[in-house]
Amino acid sequence: MSATRDKVQLDADFTELYRTHLRDVYSYAYYRIGNHHDAEDLTEQTFLQAYRHFERAQRESRGRPLRPWLIRIAHNLAANYYRDRSRKPQTNLEDAGVLPAFHDTADLVEGREEVQQVLAGVAKLPADRRDALIMRFALDMDNREIARALGRSDGAAKVLIHRAIKQLEEELADE
Amino acid sequence: MSEARFDVEALLRSALTPVEPPEALSDRLERHLTELTDLAAEELAEWELGAMRDPRNWVRPVAAATVIGVAGGALVVVRARQRSKKKQVTGLRALEQGLQDVVDRVGRTLER
Repeated sequence: MSATRDKVQLDADFTELYRTHLRDVYSYAYYRIGNHHDAEDLTEQTFLQAYRHFERAQRESRGRPLRPWLIRIAHNLAANYYRDRSRKPQTNLEDAGVLPAFHDTADLVEGREEVQQVLAGVAKLPADRRDALIMRFALDMDNREIARALGRSDGAAKVLIHRAIKQLEEELADE
Repeated sequence: MSEARFDVEALLRSALTPVEPPEALSDRLERHLTELTDLAAEELAEWELGAMRDPRNWVRPVAAATVIGVAGGALVVVRARQRSKKKQVTGLRALEQGLQDVVDRVGRTLER
């Protein structure tokens, strides 16, 4: 097969990856950073960096899903974002437009408060626990995917999520 | 042990719903990726045509593919720098120049 044809196939595969996981990367970036503007920037940088290394990643993945690899790139870029700019995660529910589907006004107000409490609680968790919860609940990743994205063992990822939920539960109960 | 007042997992599912990316982001990102892949494919095709005329150079398309991969990386860096500095030069022109520089440099190396 010619190098050009290889390249065409590689680009087609990357396009598929991009279309399938754009929402995942954006969701992760949004909950990690806390505002749409920087989440857009982080998402863009993630895909551009992924494009640079896609051939090698595809070769080394041996058919395994590449979503954890993609989220790991976003995870590392987000870490650099905070380190370089000395910023802290933000929680902006209004900006997110994220609201659960409640049935009446009373439920809506009550539910909204609970959601705000949960988001604030998540933002206060240690970084690895917060990231694991975002991956689990916003991206619906399983333990194995989260482990790969965070560079940990499956067992360590499972413990991380368990402890994150436990800590959040305790903090919400204290409020 | 007291029973938890909150079903935390249910609350997390409600709070951390997937967020749809803005359409403008999708458009912009697709445009950038298309520019990168088009430029890379054009350069690669030129390399192949030149190299395939001489059987001694049949290994060169492989080298060219590698070069394009590196050049793609360079393009991304160039683009990011361009944007961060907010210069008047258009991003695509800078990218094209960056790609040409890398290809020229490697071309000279392969000719030796």
